[in-house]
Amino acid sequence: MATERSNLQDDVSLMTRHAATIEAPPRMRVGSLDAYFGSVHAVKGVDMQIRDRQVTAIIGPSGCGKSTFLRCLNRMHETVPTARVEGEVELDGRDIYARGVNAIAVRKHIGMVFQRPTPFPTMSIRDNVAAGLRVIDGAKWSRAETDQIVERALTRAVLWNEVKDRLSTSAIGLSGGQQQRLCIARALATEPTVLLLDEPTASLDPISTQAVEELVYELRSDMTIVIVTHNMQQAARVSDSTAFFLNGELVEMSDTSAIFTTPRDDRTEAYITGRFG
Amino acid sequence: MTTATPPMSPPLRPTLRQRAFSERTVRTLKRRRIVSGLMLAVLIGAAVLAVLPLIFIFGHLLTLGVSSLSWDFFTKMPKPVGETGGGLANAIVGTLILIGLASAVGLPVGVGAGLYLAERKGAKLANGVRFLSDVLNGLPSIVMGIFAWQFLVRPVGHFSALAGGVALGAMMIPMVARTTEEMVGIVPVSLREAALALGYSRWRTSLSVVLRTASAGIVTGALVAIARIAGETAPLLFTAFGNQFWSTSLKQPISALPLQVFSYAISPYDAWHSLAWAGALVLIALIFIISLVARFATRARFATGGGD
Repeated sequence: MATERSNLQDDVSLMTRHAATIEAPPRMRVGSLDAYFGSVHAVKGVDMQIRDRQVTAIIGPSGCGKSTFLRCLNRMHETVPTARVEGEVELDGRDIYARGVNAIAVRKHIGMVFQRPTPFPTMSIRDNVAAGLRVIDGAKWSRAETDQIVERALTRAVLWNEVKDRLSTSAIGLSGGQQQRLCIARALATEPTVLLLDEPTASLDPISTQAVEELVYELRSDMTIVIVTHNMQQAARVSDSTAFFLNGELVEMSDTSAIFTTPRDDRTEAYITGRFG
Repeated sequence: MTTATPPMSPPLRPTLRQRAFSERTVRTLKRRRIVSGLMLAVLIGAAVLAVLPLIFIFGHLLTLGVSSLSWDFFTKMPKPVGETGGGLANAIVGTLILIGLASAVGLPVGVGAGLYLAERKGAKLANGVRFLSDVLNGLPSIVMGIFAWQFLVRPVGHFSALAGGVALGAMMIPMVARTTEEMVGIVPVSLREAALALGYSRWRTSLSVVLRTASAGIVTGALVAIARIAGETAPLLFTAFGNQFWSTSLKQPISALPLQVFSYAISPYDAWHSLAWAGALVLIALIFIISLVARFATRARFATGGGD
């Protein structure tokens, strides 16, 4: 247990050099958010500020509501039957749950990548990346323009070199790690302001995990990222601030370096030192 | 030549207890092997029996029908009694027209209904529709013919290809609807969510991701449904009725292979009997081909997940 702690601290020490960038205006603001599945109260009164151009990690044991919370940020939670959300979530000062705000429009600005890679099996690699472009209102891209966007998205997702010679083949032929990076490229193609990652490396091998982590690390320079992860080392490696969830509540949130070295709450300390979860 | 024997570990002497145990194991193993072999034989027998009728029918039709098959059979019109030769060109074309009409009615309605059933799984209306569509699937085909006659023949005053096509199409609807529902049902929720998260609307997700992913399976189901209605006779008796002459008009009675086989088979003329055999052979070959195509389409069925 003691060694685990010191490993974490090693990781954390790498993070301190980002500490200077931490004071940035919040991109998203969450106010007393409650989420339900039928009568199950999955997220309880969460307040949070998500800073611009930073990676915010959400950690916590299974069933603590961290994925549900993430899915409230782009109004995906309500796509599940019997699911319900109360409270507010602001993106650049506008409440995305306000009356008259279209959930579909919200999701175009807030991209999401899931735990398991979800390439569209009937589409080629190219069409997968371009899939989000087809639903952008009032925009039409020529084939050449689309190709450019696809190339840029794949390059940003560090997949271009691996797939550039087989863009028209099925996305199913890619490995799991490549599929996940393809899904990230698909989310990036529409240039969302915020990218939500729901345990993006949970089904990947260590090498692919490293690739995705490096990618997340790179992407934070021009977008806001929220990543849910089971893996505390991962949170320490990639994030600027970390939120710890337990039983649907936000127990503690602060700079990643602070939460892994000097947690304020006993429960946080118990969790990050591996006493439960 | 000498071969070096590898050093072996000394044989272990089994204890009495172990020996008793192993003898018992060997005895029960023997018994289990025998029972397993017997069961396998019974099951193989049942499986062979299941396809035996088809093999007999096919063999019988081949021996009796193949002699009447010629180029003329596919290109010539039926000849009056007494004249030799002639073919069933009008019935073959009629059957194709009827299949086209039935598909035009049955596929859009069936796929739409199936998509609805899958997307609104627990809804009361969906449960009702699902139950009724199962009943419709079990409806005797002659009843379907009477229904089409009542609404499409009687008001007009004469039989028509259209009425026949609608009757067959109505038979296709429940089959296509249920396959569509099943195929859409096995499209992973994660794909649907991926599309929604990209900003796809619900209907767009359904059409361009879910339905498209399920399309191979739906095509298979549609082909199976077509194969089934292609040989239907009863719904055509009061609707398409049959026609001795060349007709491709949808408003006129039209000939169909099953109808032609039926009327030739009950006729007293040997020449017509052999034409009926040949017609039956062509019909079964048509269904066989459609089923093969359906099988081929299934082969290309999507796979999700994949990966290393």
